[in-house]
Amino acid sequence: MSSVLAWSTAVALLVLNLAMACAVFRMLRGPRAQDRIAASDNLYVNAMLVLMTLGIRSSSAVYYDGALIIAVLGFAGTVAFAKFLLRGGVIE
Amino acid sequence: MNGAKEWAAALPAVLLCAGAVFALIGSLGLVRLGTFYERVHAPTLGTTLATALISLAALIHSIIFETSPALHALLIPVAVTLSTPVSLIILVRASVFRDRPDLFGRNAIADLGRKGAPPEL
Repeated sequence: MSSVLAWSTAVALLVLNLAMACAVFRMLRGPRAQDRIAASDNLYVNAMLVLMTLGIRSSSAVYYDGALIIAVLGFAGTVAFAKFLLRGGVIE
Repeated sequence: MNGAKEWAAALPAVLLCAGAVFALIGSLGLVRLGTFYERVHAPTLGTTLATALISLAALIHSIIFETSPALHALLIPVAVTLSTPVSLIILVRASVFRDRPDLFGRNAIADLGRKGAPPEL
């Protein structure tokens, strides 16, 4: 692994962790339920980007499958939360 | 050959750092903007541009350093780009539904995201 790639993945991991900290701040702060849901949406997207960065860092394609699973299941979670806000229940 | 690979690695490195910075800008907008309807726009910078840049970096990295290109890394921006507008539009519709005026035409909870507003509902 080249040194420029090692440095850039370390910097990208640091920056993405800062982004996840911002999302966690908004999820704890609120002030309303839809703010928290938007923050959790941003949190899983940033976690997916962290997994892809780890996949580049370790030269392993297994991480990309995990990132794909996070993308699809996070979408299902956000839709379920929004449906709960809309109707007061997920399954009618 | 090794030196050429060292130079070629600069391209995914630049793409990766640019994508991470765009994701951070989107999350900072989530923290700093004032109301929910402004706030919901900011993280889409991370879901579109940052995801595209980082998956492009993954693809170029796999072309340079591995035997076969990791084409299934390109499925991730497709999935995220298709799913984010759907989930956010359902979320905003739920928020509009919660902000509807009541029986007397008042809208008591519309300004809850602002400073000095009454506590959350």
